[in-house]
Amino acid sequence: MSNPILASYVVPVHPHPLLVPEQNEGWQRLRNAFDEAREQIAQSDADLMIIYSTTWPSIIGHQIQADPNPTWTLVDHDFHDLGSMDYSFRIDADFAEAWNEANHARGLQSRTVAYNGFPIDVGSVVALKLLNPDNAIPAVIVSSNVYANRAETTVLAKACLDVLGSTGKKAVAVTAMSMSNRMFTEFIDAADDKIHSLKDDEWNRKVLEFLEEGRLEDVAQLSRTIHQQIRVQKVVTFKPMWWLSAMNDNRNDLTGRVLAYEALHGAGGAVVHLDPTSNGMGDKEYDEDDVEVYHGERNVLDAEDSDEDNPKPSSDNGPALWDPVEGKGAVNTDSAPKPVGLYPHARRVGDLLYLSGVGPRQPGTNAIPGGPIRDGNGQPLEYDIKAQTRAVVENIARILEEAGSSMDKVVDVTSFLVDMDRDFGGYNEVWAETLGHYGPTRTTLAIRALPTPIAVEMKVIAKI
Amino acid sequence: MAKGSIVAGCLAPHPPHLVYAENPPQNEPTSEGGWEQLRWGYERLRESLSKVDHDVLVILSPHWQTYVGTHFLGLPNFEDLSVDPIFPNLFRYSYNLDIDVELSKAIHDKAADAGLAVKMMENPDFRVDYGTITTGHMVNPAFDKPLVVISSNRSRHYYSVEVMQEMMMELGRATRAAILESGKKAVVLASNSLSHRHFTTESDVPEDMSKEHITSHAMHLWDMRIIDYMRTGQAQRIIDEMPEFTEQAIAESDGGGLTWLLSTLTVPSYPAILHGYGTIIGTGNAIVEWPCYLHEEV
Repeated sequence: MSNPILASYVVPVHPHPLLVPEQNEGWQRLRNAFDEAREQIAQSDADLMIIYSTTWPSIIGHQIQADPNPTWTLVDHDFHDLGSMDYSFRIDADFAEAWNEANHARGLQSRTVAYNGFPIDVGSVVALKLLNPDNAIPAVIVSSNVYANRAETTVLAKACLDVLGSTGKKAVAVTAMSMSNRMFTEFIDAADDKIHSLKDDEWNRKVLEFLEEGRLEDVAQLSRTIHQQIRVQKVVTFKPMWWLSAMNDNRNDLTGRVLAYEALHGAGGAVVHLDPTSNGMGDKEYDEDDVEVYHGERNVLDAEDSDEDNPKPSSDNGPALWDPVEGKGAVNTDSAPKPVGLYPHARRVGDLLYLSGVGPRQPGTNAIPGGPIRDGNGQPLEYDIKAQTRAVVENIARILEEAGSSMDKVVDVTSFLVDMDRDFGGYNEVWAETLGHYGPTRTTLAIRALPTPIAVEMKVIAKI
Repeated sequence: MAKGSIVAGCLAPHPPHLVYAENPPQNEPTSEGGWEQLRWGYERLRESLSKVDHDVLVILSPHWQTYVGTHFLGLPNFEDLSVDPIFPNLFRYSYNLDIDVELSKAIHDKAADAGLAVKMMENPDFRVDYGTITTGHMVNPAFDKPLVVISSNRSRHYYSVEVMQEMMMELGRATRAAILESGKKAVVLASNSLSHRHFTTESDVPEDMSKEHITSHAMHLWDMRIIDYMRTGQAQRIIDEMPEFTEQAIAESDGGGLTWLLSTLTVPSYPAILHGYGTIIGTGNAIVEWPCYLHEEV
């Protein structure tokens, strides 16, 4: 199915274009741009307006507004003297619930909120009141998670696309965000408004140049740099482009148009229209990994699960698992982890037993005691080499037992470490407590990687 | 007119979980309790403050975040429903609180004279932030004393902890001067946590205390270090180490409340009373009182 996003917009979050556009020519041009975007949206076939708002921070994953008719009056924390914003919106609560479920299916923490008086954030209020003033199109609003990284934000968009696909709805995607977000820290006359610094202005124009060329994914992959360069380190960082690009299949060949770019108390405010029609370009300058399922840290409450004696089950610790090969002399056991290829746990030849490389993965759960060395996105993780080494030795013992052998009959061991400098000490300590007691010969090699996210593997020869 | 005074200064954190756990009639959600160590700490603080005559509570809340100057609630009364945008499942509180506008304006004017960017908030539709309400409730659930409510200027985010401290020290001096001139007896309250790394998940029963602990040992060590300085009268060391503490403990002192509080108390060298310490969704929270009335002429 083709992408259901009919158009995407970037819009500013501050209330000036809504409340007092007449006070500054630039604010009026932003208001005019909002009006033009509103007309474009009204003429589209959109069934839904989806807003990702940077002025709605969240902590417990993402939150999705699911009150069918949130109604209240908003006053901006900073610009309260500009006036009040009454609102009454039409929210597609069914879609919100379905998106929440789709988030869970892709590994995300999220929840819906539907409470009388819930404070809809200023970015969402400005966007909805100016882009959809008559509630002609139902809306959905999602928060910007304070702790979300690129993977989580990308998967959030893919979950949303899942629901658009299953419901057959077509949507307009909106990010409520500033470009540079440094405001003047003192009060200024409206007529004196300008972008806070030349540096901010130059970066804003470069980002807008990219967007006008339709290079949305390039902007998304520059997000961290943009954040470092022109974003004050407020609660929420420059994440919306990750979401918006994923909503557009991470494309770089959209047809972009900057409808307005002006200062809002020093911050950069832009209204940008991104049409999915290909502009014929399309090469990506950058190539960060695509992400389908979120594997990140979300189990901090379940600290006991990280205990090496009770590792968290996982099916994601590396390549597909195989049933061990049967055949002449093969020794296999359910009490050892499944192989990652077509081989047995061990093979008996005469009175010798040759074990395939044994790692720390746990039989049944595939969990890694001491934790994996990298996450699903390849990012390094902290792990416990001693816990991993103990688990390797325990797996070896189980295979030996299955073959009728035992630890005291081990003759020779070849050990493989992916980080000799970091791990040799811990590995050696566990060795001394376990196999070292029995006196087998040993060779320890540093290698670049193992097929699963583990730090240690051992190859064993034993007598039977 | 008699000289005014600050009778006590308090670190009075605002996580809405504490109100939720109390089950007050103003809050719609109900709970089975939880976070008792902190709630008992607030009981002890209330008991302590009940013995000291005071006219007004002055609160700086990190959840009224302003990027353009420091703002003050500037109307005599605010009444509305406050719903926490992050924990709406816990906090939906009907509030009705009075403001000491005269003292607010006096602090505002002193701060302006000191060169700070300040503004009175006089829009009657403004919803008071849940940090102010939570601290206000936990210190004085009857809300029978007027408040002065000061926003948290985010200069730390625009510049640095050092710049934030300079501004908050100045604001603290302005606050103190205005209180002394007012003839009123005030309790000053910084509504912030210490270490501030949250859990990113919530248990099915939010008040399930078997799930509550500090997010990391490093956060615990920082919290204990700062509390030790408080208990041993070493407030200046808190000021000195604020940049490292704020950065490494992701501390909510970034909002300026703690620096402002210590400045209003002229960076006390007498020991504070620790009424309670506990974690809330992984963040470190201490309820601390500097009993100025025992150490200063009030």
